Amino acid sequence: MLIFDLFKMAIRSLIANTMRTFLTALGMIIGVASVISMISIGEGARQQTLSTIAKFGTNIITIKPGKKKTRHVSSDNVNTLVLEDAEAINTHIPLITGVAAQVYRSAQIKYGNKNTNTTVRGTGIKYLEIANFTLYQGRYFSSQEVRSIRRVAILGSTVVKNLFGDITPIGKEIKIDGSNYLIIGSTIPKGALSWFDPDDQIFIPVTTAQKRLFGVNNIQSIDIQAEKIEDLEIIKERVESLLRIRHGIRKTEESDFHVQNSSQWLNSWGDAAKTFTYLLGGIAGISLLVGGIGIMNIMLVSITERTKEIGIRIAIGAKKSEIMQQFLIESVLISFIGGGIGIMIGIVISRTVSKIGGWDTIVSSQSIMIAFGFSVGVGIFFGYYPARKAANLNPIDALRYE
Amino acid sequence: MIKTNNLSKTYRLGKVSVHAMIDVSICIQGGEFVAVMGPSGSGKSTLMNLLGCLDQPSSGSYHLENFDIKNLNQNQLAEVRNKRIGFVFQNFNLLPRASALENVELPLLYGRVKNSQILALKALERVGLAKRSKHRPNELSGGERQRVAIARAIVNKPAIVLADEPTGNLDTSTGNEIMSIFSSLNSEGTTIILVTHERAIASFARRTIEMKDGYIYKDKINSEIAV
Repeated sequence: MLIFDLFKMAIRSLIANTMRTFLTALGMIIGVASVISMISIGEGARQQTLSTIAKFGTNIITIKPGKKKTRHVSSDNVNTLVLEDAEAINTHIPLITGVAAQVYRSAQIKYGNKNTNTTVRGTGIKYLEIANFTLYQGRYFSSQEVRSIRRVAILGSTVVKNLFGDITPIGKEIKIDGSNYLIIGSTIPKGALSWFDPDDQIFIPVTTAQKRLFGVNNIQSIDIQAEKIEDLEIIKERVESLLRIRHGIRKTEESDFHVQNSSQWLNSWGDAAKTFTYLLGGIAGISLLVGGIGIMNIMLVSITERTKEIGIRIAIGAKKSEIMQQFLIESVLISFIGGGIGIMIGIVISRTVSKIGGWDTIVSSQSIMIAFGFSVGVGIFFGYYPARKAANLNPIDALRYE
Repeated sequence: MIKTNNLSKTYRLGKVSVHAMIDVSICIQGGEFVAVMGPSGSGKSTLMNLLGCLDQPSSGSYHLENFDIKNLNQNQLAEVRNKRIGFVFQNFNLLPRASALENVELPLLYGRVKNSQILALKALERVGLAKRSKHRPNELSGGERQRVAIARAIVNKPAIVLADEPTGNLDTSTGNEIMSIFSSLNSEGTTIILVTHERAIASFARRTIEMKDGYIYKDKINSEIAV
């Protein structure tokens, strides 16, 4: 029999049992739709995370105090970095565009009767540039103001919204832990990550933060921006050796600071998000498997019901292979239809998620092809056993079957 | 045309062997019209299944048109059933969801014959049912269904038509109509082998083989042939 006639026959028998065909296909529809939407949501989350992280700048080296390899999270009682370290790096390390030493803590901010709790970041004049912030209004503080320990502040957009609403904050005075600071500028919003809002902070000169606000002599981190991303490794090495000399560390000893490359951070975040996507896809894949078992189940029922038909076909000259093809085509058609509808529903789901959740989703042609290929594969795999069972029926018994 | 030598069939039911057919040796020439008679359990259906290549013998040989059936593989047997043999059953065995025409067309499709629709319609014409070609089996009477089944059996122009109690589910006059179709097919040269337990039906044939307990116990030429 020609393949065309086999298809015609398979379609006819699927139409004859429309409801059953639909319910069987439903397993595939749900499986494929969930694979598509889950992967697209996971992929969207990954891309969004990466692009948000990239907003912080990718050619950055961060130095934090602490002992290496102790797995000890650097905390306030590790006081190995000082402002002079940052100045030394700025003077002695080539290929860099800027250095920003930082101290930060959360503090109570008051303006009039409004108050908010936010991060106060004491830093240098290069910080905005390095951290990829842009001024919205006013100006940033100058090196003169840093040297003379002035009480001036630049507000992040979230802080402006919380304290001032629509009023322009420039020239107003706020109270940080009770003392007055003059607002000289505000920044353009960068957009919040789910766990961290970079716009919910204010910037003051690092000296002011150390001496007037927090009463400390150390700094909590130094950000170094490289001219070119390719130079990151060289700069990292030089900074390490410079700081080891400054801190008087012997060759056999470990450094009392960490040097971290931001692109490493970006990669590890990307990897984590990818794992998340695979996890989602894998869970959705289980429903695809369940759909396949549904197909096998229905095909077995269908073959038992049509035992007599199979006997007739064998008696009038159907080959085993032709009987087998007929039932395989049926199961593949079910999964094919289910896969097709599933893809459409999956796309609709991921669009809806991105619309309602404000979360970008990415339906890649790759995920469509994988889901579709899988569904057809499931059809063949789970259709094979029933089809072979049909082909191996004894025609005499089959003809007698009522 | 058909030559069997000590053909036997034994079924195993658990530890018990059931001898359904024992040492059947028959020779049927092309163009013969043979009735196989006998009480139920006498082995006549087993003989039909073996002759129709639906079953393999336990021992003995079967030559169909000088081919030893033993030497044919599954696909070749399927081709024999498709091209050389036509089956007619007691309970018609039509596909319920297919029209009369599509039922008749089916052997042509399996045989990859071109112009299958035209040939199928011709076969339906031959049994006088061209007008009902679009009807499904459940819209046809018993006699009409059996005629569709005959059309399906002859559509590939087989040398042999095997009919297993073709009138068993029909009343006498309809049964006679069906038998006259077989007679006319036979007069055109088709070999017909027919299982029945009605003497009146067997009298359409020119030779009667009677079976009992798996043996052939009588094989005679009919002196009076019904017309």
